[in-house]
Amino acid sequence: MDGITLQHYLFLAALLFSLGVFGVLVRRNALVVFMCVELMLNASNLTFLAFARDSGVDVGHLPALFVIAVAAAEAAIGLAIIIAVFRSRGTLNVDDIRTMRL
Amino acid sequence: MTTFLFYLFAVLTVVAAAGVIAARSPIYSAMSLVGTFFSLAAIYALLLAHTIAVLQVLVYAGAIMVLFLFVIMLLSLGESVGPAKVTFPGVVGGIASAALFALLVVAMRPFAPVSAPAAAGFGTLRSIGAQLYTQWLAPFEAVSLLLLVAMVGAVVVAKSRV
Repeated sequence: MDGITLQHYLFLAALLFSLGVFGVLVRRNALVVFMCVELMLNASNLTFLAFARDSGVDVGHLPALFVIAVAAAEAAIGLAIIIAVFRSRGTLNVDDIRTMRL
Repeated sequence: MTTFLFYLFAVLTVVAAAGVIAARSPIYSAMSLVGTFFSLAAIYALLLAHTIAVLQVLVYAGAIMVLFLFVIMLLSLGESVGPAKVTFPGVVGGIASAALFALLVVAMRPFAPVSAPAAAGFGTLRSIGAQLYTQWLAPFEAVSLLLLVAMVGAVVVAKSRV
């Protein structure tokens, strides 16, 4: 890592994570909210890999692998829920889906 | 060279991630997300995580994005609701995420780079696989069970009549 150190990668990961949080808070389409969650998962993966490269041991690659697997499961379930909600409500706007809200 | 590639793909990643949030139509969001995944895979390769980079392209840019696009097509979603205007939740969300970003940067500051040389076979499929089937066997089995449950659950939830 010549010139580019651990801090550069951590900065990029922090920026990506904050962008994901911003998207989750701002966007109203449930699908886009879901994509922003994927952004946050990727930011955490980047942190794992950056620390693994900096320490010179690749144990950190295993958690990243599991994050990818869990993200796949999460995407399958989440998109199934989105289809079910769209079928019963006819909308994906998270402001209109408020049955369980106080 | 590494410096140039890092900045190139870092900028691409951030621009594509911003595109996910800014795009009006979910289709454009999904396309930007593909761009994010690909440039992140390049960043992973720069970190010598070749196996994870390949898996990133295969699983994320391949499988998960196809799932997203499939749902978008299935629900035939048009343009997103309303024009992008400055709203109160938008301002609060912006301030909150900016504060989170500042917090993360401050929290990550103490981690001084060790810059240790990569061990022999760092990040290769052989090294990852050997660890996966020895120390990480229990989490591996748990994840396989989770994927099975998710598969059954997705079918049950998305089906109109069980």
